[in-house]
Amino acid sequence: MDTATEPLDSNGLSRRTALKGVGAMLGAAAFARAIAPLTEWARDIPVDDFLQKHYKELTPIDLEIILNRLQKDTKDQYGADVTIKDYKAQEGVKFGYALNLSVCNGCRKCAEACHIENNHDRPSHQSYIRVFEMSKGSMDMEKGNAHYDHPVPQPDKFYMPVQCQQCEHPPCVDVCPVEATWKEPDGIVVVDYNWCIGCRYCEAACPYHARRFNWTKPVIPAVEINPNQSYLSNRIRPQGVMEKCHFCLHRTRNGRLPACLEACPTGARVFGNLLDPNSEVRQVLAHKRVFVLKEELGLKPQFFYFFDV
Amino acid sequence: MNLSTADTTSTPLPHWRNYPRFLWNALLDSVEGNWVFYVWMTLLTAIFLVGANAWAVQVRDGMHLTNMSDHVSWALYIANFTFLVGLAAGGVMMVIPAYLYHDEEMHDIVIIGELLAIAAIIMALMFVVCDLGRPDRFWHLIPGLGRFNFPVSMLTWDVIVLNGYLLINLHICGYLLYSRFLGRKPNRRWYVPFVFLSIIWAISIHTVTAFLYCGLGSRPFWNTALLAPRFLASAFVSGPAFIIIAIQVIRQSIGRTFGNGPIRTLVNIMRVTILINLLMVVSEVFVEFYTGGTHTSAAHYLYFGIDGHNALVPWIWSSVAMTVTAAILLLHPRVFSRSWMMNLACVLAFIGIWIEKGMGMVIPGFVPSVLHEVVEYTPSLLEWKIMAGIWALGLMIYTLAIKIAINVFRRSPLGVQSGEIQSASQPLAS
Repeated sequence: MDTATEPLDSNGLSRRTALKGVGAMLGAAAFARAIAPLTEWARDIPVDDFLQKHYKELTPIDLEIILNRLQKDTKDQYGADVTIKDYKAQEGVKFGYALNLSVCNGCRKCAEACHIENNHDRPSHQSYIRVFEMSKGSMDMEKGNAHYDHPVPQPDKFYMPVQCQQCEHPPCVDVCPVEATWKEPDGIVVVDYNWCIGCRYCEAACPYHARRFNWTKPVIPAVEINPNQSYLSNRIRPQGVMEKCHFCLHRTRNGRLPACLEACPTGARVFGNLLDPNSEVRQVLAHKRVFVLKEELGLKPQFFYFFDV
Repeated sequence: MNLSTADTTSTPLPHWRNYPRFLWNALLDSVEGNWVFYVWMTLLTAIFLVGANAWAVQVRDGMHLTNMSDHVSWALYIANFTFLVGLAAGGVMMVIPAYLYHDEEMHDIVIIGELLAIAAIIMALMFVVCDLGRPDRFWHLIPGLGRFNFPVSMLTWDVIVLNGYLLINLHICGYLLYSRFLGRKPNRRWYVPFVFLSIIWAISIHTVTAFLYCGLGSRPFWNTALLAPRFLASAFVSGPAFIIIAIQVIRQSIGRTFGNGPIRTLVNIMRVTILINLLMVVSEVFVEFYTGGTHTSAAHYLYFGIDGHNALVPWIWSSVAMTVTAAILLLHPRVFSRSWMMNLACVLAFIGIWIEKGMGMVIPGFVPSVLHEVVEYTPSLLEWKIMAGIWALGLMIYTLAIKIAINVFRRSPLGVQSGEIQSASQPLAS
């Protein structure tokens, strides 16, 4: 287009050029307005949070600064005084879990205990455990129902809680593009909530529906917050990252039992050190007929199911 | 750059002065046009702004604003991503005839396909960014800065091949246009090797993207060796379909007749690829339904619904109807003489494959879930807005790129070469 033939104003600008300038300014202003919510969001992300390194690259001093910052953030955002620690895996320990399907009565106390222990989002009733009501005579999960709402146990049903199976070959770890999730020496698959980018590839890769995404910032009243927290387990997760069952490592790495086990009224749950031949879980593996879910996938779960009778 | 090649400018300026001039001219071209251009760009800008705002809100308030869930954890964004990787790969269907089979007329307008690859890859990458829960941590994906889980994670392979493909095509288009701007004959050494690399690379981007899905043992619907070949077959339908329409729009807007030969070639390619694609669909459907069992439940859900849950049924049957109609139209002997027939076939094929790659491929991978729960998905308004915004931006990029390219060709001191852009070749029907 030949601008030279157009009428010029007193400054030597064509009307066309002036209109373009106005258009560009309007466009830029509209764009700034459109993405304004981003600036509100960025205010909640301090620079050191943005620049934080991967968990495995942190020095003890880095880690201490971060834990203090996270405690302060929890106080600021949720109004709760909490202690966030970092518990390391112990030597000579590999955790295993076994669940007795003969006695589980489907009360879902385990799922509820998980909800409270791990500071899950309240409105969504999030939990790492789903309990399936299954028809007797079939192990086909297709016939299972996780949304039953009637007194339990029903006479023609049995109940199967499913949580992270802490696979020996976890596909969720393989697919993560940024190594935000990994298997610890004691067998627990953990997530660095401050490193995860939220692509949810791990959620697609997990065959046990063990992973959860924080679709929103978790909402928990201050009084309900469990103050005993750790970096890799039950601290309140940020928005937009993955989380999963961590065998309550803030408890189990201190010689305590997982919250789901303590809450179980039937004694269906058995937890312990697979490397200790005298542990209860090893006794179950030795003397019961044990199976794992979806064994054909070859992922070697460290979570076992068995029947008593 | 080889300076011994034909140089028609009397006083060659150094590149550090010429290149900014080249960019400045490109910028001027991109803000200059007739009223149709302004209306088109304003419309796209408005749609883009709606999408940008929707994304900003999603980042601030969380992805619960989408209709995704822990059961259907990838949806409309990843569906578009998958389709667009195919569209980018489909651009190569102009490059292969032009460079491998020395189709001179195709050679002259091959840049239409290469620029499409650039625009499509940019869109694909934007869809991935919009799918991230934490876009602020994007730098964790940068090798050296973050922790790049290569070679175990297929997603890291995808990061490499997609960005590589973008760079290769930017180099090819940028080099050819810049040479033309300088009035020099492009030096084959500087672009032909990259063109051949881009052919292999185009195959790789869609193969790797298929491997993202088919490598997951947890999802039987995706866990099939046929996935990558099917992706390629469908990409080589959607890519040519888009290019055929694009060539006609460009002809219309610059008032020249060109490209009948290339269009004929592309239709002939589509005639084959659309049938290969349908054949693969049929063989997958056969295996799923004849074998039966739990493995089939996703296909059952997709085509017929399960227990009254049938959100995908209208989608997939529309896709089947569109693709089959497109195939019939394309195979019709009069497709070359009746342009409405060809255009309808292209539009139907394009939309049919968009559905097939998205609602027909990504979503049923999640329904029923790995523990066989049926949780359905339909996109939320916010997701549609973000999708529209990215497509609008992609079309803006493509429009500007084509416009800049045409103007560089027109103004080039080399002049318009034989057969180029303006070759009023034989009518389609001949």
